Amino acid sequence: MAALGSTAPNNLLTTQGLSRNFGGLQAVSNVNFDLPEGQVRALIGPNGAGKTTFVGMLCGRISASAGRVAFLGEDVTLLPAHKRISRGMAYTFQITSIFGRLSLRENVALAVRRRLAGHPDQVQGEVESALSRVGLLDRADQIADDLSYGHQRLLEIAMGLGQKPRLLILDEPTQGLADSEIADFKNLIRSMAGQTTILLIEHNMDVVMEMADFITVLNFGEILAEGSPEQIHANADVQAAYLGTG
Amino acid sequence: MSDIRKSLVLHGGLIALLLLLGFVLPAYHHGNLARVMVLAVYAMGYNVLFGYTGLLSLGHAMFFAAGMYGMGLTIQHLGFSAEAALLSGVVAAFLLSTVVGLLALRTTGVAFMIVTLMFAQTGYLVVLYFGEWTRGDEGFVIQKASRVIAGIDVSDPANRYLTALALFAVCLWIILKLVQAPFGKVLIAIRENEDRARMLGYDIFRHKLVAVIVSGTISGTAGAFYGLLFGYAGASFATVQYSIFPLLWVLLGGAGTVTGPLVGALFMFYLIDITSGLTSAYMLFAGVALVLLTLFARQGLVGEIRRRFAPWLP
Repeated sequence: MAALGSTAPNNLLTTQGLSRNFGGLQAVSNVNFDLPEGQVRALIGPNGAGKTTFVGMLCGRISASAGRVAFLGEDVTLLPAHKRISRGMAYTFQITSIFGRLSLRENVALAVRRRLAGHPDQVQGEVESALSRVGLLDRADQIADDLSYGHQRLLEIAMGLGQKPRLLILDEPTQGLADSEIADFKNLIRSMAGQTTILLIEHNMDVVMEMADFITVLNFGEILAEGSPEQIHANADVQAAYLGTG
Repeated sequence: MSDIRKSLVLHGGLIALLLLLGFVLPAYHHGNLARVMVLAVYAMGYNVLFGYTGLLSLGHAMFFAAGMYGMGLTIQHLGFSAEAALLSGVVAAFLLSTVVGLLALRTTGVAFMIVTLMFAQTGYLVVLYFGEWTRGDEGFVIQKASRVIAGIDVSDPANRYLTALALFAVCLWIILKLVQAPFGKVLIAIRENEDRARMLGYDIFRHKLVAVIVSGTISGTAGAFYGLLFGYAGASFATVQYSIFPLLWVLLGGAGTVTGPLVGALFMFYLIDITSGLTSAYMLFAGVALVLLTLFARQGLVGEIRRRFAPWLP
């Protein structure tokens, strides 16, 4: 990997002054954000706070109106999405996005193969390992469209795992999952902690408070507060803006 | 039996069957089948783009014609040998598809259809404009003396059939390899969900461009062989009608199946052949066949077989 440049030595991802407006609407404005390697970071905020737009700019789905994004110490602001992904980001969609007419095995194989282009013999093993980590290995040969919504969410996460990313961005992964599946999801995140840096957009506060090392709160496209789960929990501004108990 | 073995047996068996038919069919059907095999290659090229990548082109006649004229004009005016002329047809289609791909892929969806249609119309008009060399609508005959590949006279029906079969077999093999390779699986992924494929780190534009080039070059190769084997090149092969044909054949046979284009071309050829003997409104039958297909076998004949009985079909 490239040497870390101007960013602080432990930061996997940094943004400076990152902004995006859609017409007159300032969806994200002037966000300075640092994500240290190995952290599980939750990104929370009310609906319309700009969370999806913000991570869209991180992974290149949405271009920034202003500001910079640095990943692994290099400026990636102008790189198209696929180049950022191949440098070690992975993104799971808020609205489930899978290859519905292909088998689960092929869905995950597509995620694995790009990384293992020179080693086709290893693909099968990694596919099965990713599927088994989300508990879908016994359904590997089913067609993805035939799965329940919750299982499709898990398949999407398996596709993220299959990429073995340095940074895994999960956009509302537990939406639509049953309680038991949420428990499994938490275990999955725990099993990755330390190896993979995770940026988690999440509405389920139990998941956030339990899993996150650190929390960033967005409101009206700006960072309202940052801190440990305890600090955020106690923060009066956050309570007022987000939890509605202020 | 593994899927790869099954596929080998099926496609090897198909080639063997076509070879056998070459020795037993009566002259009329023998000639038809040779023609259908070359047209099937045209449709197989089309299928790479439409069936596997999900890009609907309405302008593939330009690639077919590029191959045909790249071959025919160099024989007619530059005195090329058949081998060199075929190569020049393939190169012409390759170059044209590269340029068209670079420009047309800046659009998607309906705009891509319109842009390819317009390019193909331009191609047709260019053929007419240079009528002094191309002989326009009237076209020109490729002399029997020029139609000799490696010492084999392809104006002879038996040789022509075997040449068409060899071309078909080679293209079948190339497309099988392509769609079973990781590259082909990415094309399918683009067809199924382009955004997701991009967010898995695949360069969508590059994959689509290669798909256009492979598709256009195979279609052009079919055009070059068609002109040489049947001894004629004319502007009718550059018309919009010839852009629609491979779409119909592929839809009938099964988009995104390796053998669908042959089945579709064969079915359509004989549907028209038989019904045109009954009535002058024979296109009505083609229309009814398409309606029935849309109602009962939306994935085409081979596509339907794959869905119901043989999910392993490539």
